[in-house]
Amino acid sequence: MDIWNIFDTEWVPVGTWIDQVLNWLVSDYRFVFQAIKVPFDIVLSALEDGLTGVPDLLMLVIITLIAWQAGGRRVATVATLSMLSIGLMGAWEESMTTLSIVLTCVFFCALAGLPLGIASARSDRVWNWVRPALDLMQTIPSFVYLVPVVMLFSIGNVSGVIVTFIYALPPLVRLTNLGIRQVRPDMVEAARAFGATKQQTLWKIELPLAMPTIMAGVNQTIMMALSMVVVASMISVTGLGQMVLRGIGRLDMGLASVGGLGIVFLAIMIDRISQSLGQPSRERGHKRWYRTGPVGVVTGLFVSRASPATSYKNTADTPPDSKKTGKTQA
Amino acid sequence: MSELNQETNAGERSKIARVACKGVWKLFGDRADEALEAARAENLSKDEIRERFDCVLGVRDASFEVYEGEIFCIMGLSGSGKSTLVRHINRLIDPTAGEIHVAGDRVDTMDEASLNALRSEKIGMVFQHMALWPHRTLAETVAFGLEVRGVPKAERRKRAIAALSDMELGDWVDSYPDELSGGMQQRVGLARALAADPDILLMDEPFSALDPLIRRQLQDQFLDLSRKLGKTTIFITHDLDEAIRMGDRIAIMKDGVIVQTGTAEEIVTAPANDYVAAFVENVPKGGFVTASQIMEPVDGTKLDRSIEPGMPLDDILATFAEDQTPLAVEQDGDTLGRVTVGDALQALGGKEGS
Repeated sequence: MDIWNIFDTEWVPVGTWIDQVLNWLVSDYRFVFQAIKVPFDIVLSALEDGLTGVPDLLMLVIITLIAWQAGGRRVATVATLSMLSIGLMGAWEESMTTLSIVLTCVFFCALAGLPLGIASARSDRVWNWVRPALDLMQTIPSFVYLVPVVMLFSIGNVSGVIVTFIYALPPLVRLTNLGIRQVRPDMVEAARAFGATKQQTLWKIELPLAMPTIMAGVNQTIMMALSMVVVASMISVTGLGQMVLRGIGRLDMGLASVGGLGIVFLAIMIDRISQSLGQPSRERGHKRWYRTGPVGVVTGLFVSRASPATSYKNTADTPPDSKKTGKTQA
Repeated sequence: MSELNQETNAGERSKIARVACKGVWKLFGDRADEALEAARAENLSKDEIRERFDCVLGVRDASFEVYEGEIFCIMGLSGSGKSTLVRHINRLIDPTAGEIHVAGDRVDTMDEASLNALRSEKIGMVFQHMALWPHRTLAETVAFGLEVRGVPKAERRKRAIAALSDMELGDWVDSYPDELSGGMQQRVGLARALAADPDILLMDEPFSALDPLIRRQLQDQFLDLSRKLGKTTIFITHDLDEAIRMGDRIAIMKDGVIVQTGTAEEIVTAPANDYVAAFVENVPKGGFVTASQIMEPVDGTKLDRSIEPGMPLDDILATFAEDQTPLAVEQDGDTLGRVTVGDALQALGGKEGS
């Protein structure tokens, strides 16, 4: 044997091992993976039916209202224009499919990622195990796990959600962990000093204070999920990604561009909305959510009709003018 | 002079220990128990403990009692372990060794549930950097202790408003901490500590982060309040003037050790060691030194004027301002000694005549 070129021989047949494990999993345990699919399937179908079932214009109005509530008029304008562009390009149906896949994915990412992030923040030992797993998930090319996912879960939108889930989970876990660890220690100490249990401290102090960072994680997860749609379309996931893939396959640049632009507009819409959800309320002048946006308009009508005294009592909120007098007094 | 008056008040109160620490040690590090044993056996210094066991000494064999209704100041420079020590009382920090008694209960062996009950019902704490939660309104902040205890919303809001009104913050109930000035924020901190009507107040350098004028105001306000409510208070400070102003008794800490415990007068006039002496060097002694401490034996000369042995130096100096002839120190008709202008001036300069 040529000692200088020892690596010509395959010493550790990793590929073969993985093949064997996978074949064994597929032949003996496929039912387990089919069972895992069920909850994904239920949420995805419900969302997809909902989003595509609603008339297009009504859906546009709903998105506008949500954007307005979440981030005010400016965000509403941007979101509406984005969605309007998608609709006018004729990619509405596909965008709704993609949106439902992305939202399903985010739902499951939150379901798995938040507890994992919280556990990581609580214990360095957990974090030492979770971190390399997240590194692996983020660095391994998604094409590599596309094949096993297909073998275990078969093709289609649900498998697409699972592939996207693996790809999009890490930022949420990372930023949840970071957000909780960044909460000022004296905030936590004060809560403990007044008799809060660990659970109460988590829910009443740590999570609210970590929320902006956690929402940045949600935002990142959404963006990652959107960037996966084209790759996912290779395992016959429908939606905007498929438009792009088909366009490339047929050298139909028009079709590919419509799909690509659709993804961009969808991303703008979701990004603006999810970012404004993450803004701490003190940056919005401490208004309660029900005092702003379309809901604020409705409650405003209701409150102004009631007598000022009762409205003060009901909402347990000092009227703005009394706050002003307080300030001048002090 | 108010310090002296407080002292006599405290003296008149029944001396029941509400908080007591007995031989409390705290070592931070993985080998704390090992280090403790060695430190006890070989009387290791802070640096030796760190070198040999990689443990940081927080508190070393601290014992003290705080009586009902008194303000007990723990004074020391940063790193002296005073904040660590005070956190043992509500066990935000677990002691490595020693006993901690609060209101008759052993805190160091208490289970989690009773500990939380104790913290929310019997102990109020005020923090150096306020530690107000930015996402909670003042009412929600102040009512936090009641909230975690499960007090109904209407009731705790009522009590929060009452506590805030006591601190003259009644107009700000639904504001957020970032809308308030520093002094107001610390008043919220006080209101939060008092809302549950606890027996014991822990104040961890509550006024250090404030500018001097506001600090003075809050000190006065707190003294008034303290006289009214009579809460047993443990007051941490790095400022000797503040300790003298606020404290019925003062404990001085250095490197985790309580070097001296006593009234302001005892500490200023009879420092236990050079460290304390260096500390109190610049404190004006006029209010603490009394005639009996500076008088000299009588030499038979007839003296026209007489004073009580308890007369403070300030008043003696005022007397000399009018007439410089020596004073006789008399008690119940007996002449104990005499004080000359020289004695008084020497005492003012820091040297005790005797």
